[in-house]
Amino acid sequence: MEFWLTQAVNGISFGAMLFLLASGLSLIFGVMRIVNLAHGSYFLLGGYVGLSTAMRTGSFALALLAGAAAIAVLGLAMESLFLRSLRGQSLAQVLMTMGFALVFQDLSLLFWGGDPRSIPVPPFLSGSLRAGPIFVPAYRLFIVGVAVAVGLALWLFLDRTRLGARIRATVDDAEMAEGVGVSVPVVSAGVFALGAFLAALGGVVGGAFIGVYPGLDFEVLPYAFVVVIVGGLGSLPGVVVGSLAVGLLDNFGKALFPELSYFTLFAPMAVILALKPTGLFGRR
Amino acid sequence: MASRTETLDGSALPGDPWAWRRRAAALAVGVALVAAPPVLPSYALTLLTQILIYAMFAMSLDLLLGYTGLASLGHAAYFGLGAYAVGILSTAHQASFLACLAAALVLATAVAALFGLVAIRAVGVYFLMITLALGMVVWGLAFRWVSLTMGDNGIAGIERPVVAGVALAAPLRFYYLALVAFALTFAILLRVVRSPFGLSLRGIRETERRMRALGYDVWLHKYLAFVLSGAFAGLAGALWAYYDGFVSPVEVHLVTSVETLLMVALGGPGTLVGPALGAAVLVLSKNLLSLYTKRWLLVLGLVYIGVIVLAPKGLVGALRGERR
Repeated sequence: MEFWLTQAVNGISFGAMLFLLASGLSLIFGVMRIVNLAHGSYFLLGGYVGLSTAMRTGSFALALLAGAAAIAVLGLAMESLFLRSLRGQSLAQVLMTMGFALVFQDLSLLFWGGDPRSIPVPPFLSGSLRAGPIFVPAYRLFIVGVAVAVGLALWLFLDRTRLGARIRATVDDAEMAEGVGVSVPVVSAGVFALGAFLAALGGVVGGAFIGVYPGLDFEVLPYAFVVVIVGGLGSLPGVVVGSLAVGLLDNFGKALFPELSYFTLFAPMAVILALKPTGLFGRR
Repeated sequence: MASRTETLDGSALPGDPWAWRRRAAALAVGVALVAAPPVLPSYALTLLTQILIYAMFAMSLDLLLGYTGLASLGHAAYFGLGAYAVGILSTAHQASFLACLAAALVLATAVAALFGLVAIRAVGVYFLMITLALGMVVWGLAFRWVSLTMGDNGIAGIERPVVAGVALAAPLRFYYLALVAFALTFAILLRVVRSPFGLSLRGIRETERRMRALGYDVWLHKYLAFVLSGAFAGLAGALWAYYDGFVSPVEVHLVTSVETLLMVALGGPGTLVGPALGAAVLVLSKNLLSLYTKRWLLVLGLVYIGVIVLAPKGLVGALRGERR
């Protein structure tokens, strides 16, 4: 019983971190149909910028803000300078974003070195709480809280604001949206920056949880893709369901079948794709 | 503007002023590949062997990407399957060269045949995503199925094979094995892309709907291209395992798949010489850069970006004077 509860809590909190990482990727994909292989790099770079900020200022809140904001600007620059002209050319986009991922990987090694680092958390988040038979680390609850807050904010933004409506229109049919006066390039740039912001926020949150280290970018990238593929590209409910499912599957898979743990994660995804190529919640 | 110097099947037009030059160049390269190695320094021979193996890998991907118009993000899976088949059978079971090679080919082909059933349904970006996902299934097994694959540590100590009683441990002898495999792959793929089947593939790449309306079985054509492409990637992977003596999950990773896409894009998709050239450029630059600078990954990243910005049609396209 304790085993199942502990694993479930671990799975849900890991899923919450994945939600931060993957919601941006899903939005970007929905609006731009782009396979962004540099998305894991935003997570990594966000973590590193957060680390440096936390070291300088000692403030975890500032670390969250600085990491996310800096990478949002980076994403914006990447989109408007390099990716915009490649619209519709999926191979060129893949190679371009891979190029950036390698550049970011090497630059972060240059600036932050090769040792695993961890972002210090404020004391009130470092204890554990007793919940029935198990102890739950407060930080894991914090991650879930952040994910819920971000999810709600995203939902309100997409569902209740004019800008959100423009984004949804672009996801559904970019050509039509353009026809009724939505500036697709501006929406795309904004969504790209937002996606990078969310991934970097996930990186800072995760930096105090799984740490920041070289190779983290390509370690989290497959997870982000699995979440987005399972949930359906460009669907917020899809990302919620996808990240919870992946977080739980990954944790139970690792605990129960360590040798097949990635297989237990990726194989169901392949099956879902085979049955429904657009993912559980995705539309064409 | 370049004038058309080729017929649709890639053979020379009558009276094409470039035809004899291309034939002469091909002959010169062929003679050089056969005759030069005995006098080459050992480091150059090593690089040349690597280039031949990666060229096979890149050409196999080009059958999908360049000729059929399907960009796969999981092609390293078949390369890795071939490599792991050799790695596991030759170390744990001391299997012979032919047995290992057959197992590598069968495994890569069978998995490609299975994955193809799933992947070929998807189009456009969804094909990218689904091949990425399928590639990850194989990578996940390589990484975590430690009792079979040794996980992240990889399988070391794969010995060079003995073929028909001849030990190929010496670099020069192994080079000639790679050259034979490369020549066979090139010849077979050339036959395939110039056959009616290959022409239909190009028709599908250009206008799938028209080919369907003309009564072609588009799904079957794509599927066969997918399986054939996987089989040759498996062959390249098997040779790589023998060459390197070591197999690890890196061989199956997404980064390897994308690197092969870059080789094809760099050289020029839709030609067989292009991917081989792209493989040569990439293998050389990776090896030489890592000799001279610690920042070779950065440079490699800039190469990716530079290729897309500067030569979107690849080297062969640039040589022919084609622009975007």
